[in-house]
Amino acid sequence: MKIYCTDMDGQTQELEATEEWSVMEIIREGGINMLAQCGGSCACATCHVYVDPAWKDKIPAPSEEELGMLDGAFEVTEDSRLACQIFFTKELDGLKVTLAAGSI
Amino acid sequence: MKTDVIIIGAGPAGLFSVFELGLYDMKCHVIDILDRPGGQCAELYPEKPIYDIPAVVSCTGAELIERLLEQGKPFSPSFHLGQMAQSLERTENGHWRITTDVGNVFEAPVVVIAAGGGSFVPKKLPLKDIERFEGSSLFYAVRKMEDFKGKKLVIAGGGDSALDWAINLQNIASHITLIHRRDEFRAAPDSVGKMRALVDEGKMDLKIGAITEIKGQDRQIEAVTIKPQTEDSYDLPCDHVLAFYGLTMKLGPVADFGVKFENGLIPVDTATFETDLAGVFAIGDINIYPGKMKLILSGFHEAALMAKKAFTYVHPDKRYRFQYTTSSSNLHDKLGN
Repeated sequence: MKIYCTDMDGQTQELEATEEWSVMEIIREGGINMLAQCGGSCACATCHVYVDPAWKDKIPAPSEEELGMLDGAFEVTEDSRLACQIFFTKELDGLKVTLAAGSI
Repeated sequence: MKTDVIIIGAGPAGLFSVFELGLYDMKCHVIDILDRPGGQCAELYPEKPIYDIPAVVSCTGAELIERLLEQGKPFSPSFHLGQMAQSLERTENGHWRITTDVGNVFEAPVVVIAAGGGSFVPKKLPLKDIERFEGSSLFYAVRKMEDFKGKKLVIAGGGDSALDWAINLQNIASHITLIHRRDEFRAAPDSVGKMRALVDEGKMDLKIGAITEIKGQDRQIEAVTIKPQTEDSYDLPCDHVLAFYGLTMKLGPVADFGVKFENGLIPVDTATFETDLAGVFAIGDINIYPGKMKLILSGFHEAALMAKKAFTYVHPDKRYRFQYTTSSSNLHDKLGN
């Protein structure tokens, strides 16, 4: 299973995805040096990504906590999510995300 | 100030060092940029539970720090908070000198770098050419409230800092506009209520949107461009901008101390946790060695081994005597038991 991650320069990488892992962990394991300062506890906003709108309905909506953390991110759009709060399932095979402001 | 050990960073690794060093008669001064001890535990997850501290089934970040402070109390560490260690130099007698950004100078034979992911500093707006406004009309903290007297002020953010200052500067600034990306605020409900009341009374403006540009002449801001989620951008004239988007960790001046770094981390000898500089140690999240795990647990272990080697620098004339806190009456005396 895969996800596709586009960096700030527009380069897209295919990353091996593991079920139950967060998208943040998958991105890091794939060799992309994402900041993710708090290590995945939804306590910072340094794993900010944009989720491809086509995938939006397949991912559970963000929690209040996640929306609160996004207040500390920049260039937030309606596609903004914290990658540590998206957990990979079979249904997300092929998911496309783009690294957003503050994540590198 | 002359002391035995200077610890940079008051997170869990730094705080436990106070205890381990104290057991072997080494007095510590602890420096941290935050205004309270705790590091990431205090800043990122004070309310969140930690489950992997041995024999502590669960405690929050704030509780862990409270307990570590309690544990270190018998050794009366001196805390120097709200300041950043800025430089490291060798002294003539072979000790180390640390100078902080507020001009405090410390000297000791041992320095422990327990700086985690670096210094917590305010997140800066990622906009072009705004550095020129910093310190004159763009601020990330309030130093003196008087600086905002009679100013048309824009405050950005939706947390406690943004709302507290929007409320507190109300009678000082000539006008305040609060800008936040959505009409929900994660600040304390009481502050949100006060802010809403001020907006309803027409004493303050609230605009929903993001700041996409800051315009001005030289170092003086003249307007901010605001982009609401769906509508078109517009300019809002103002004199000063105060931005509160929380804190982020930046390595900072420690990178220029002259200690060897590899990919932003300090390589250490795992027998002593000493760096390539004799008498300078690195423990916790900031170090790297084969097998390193970034756990609080690792920081504790590293502190204990560091203290053993630090002893040889602080008390070169004494023999290190390994003792158990359980059975040593000498240690009991030090702990006040």
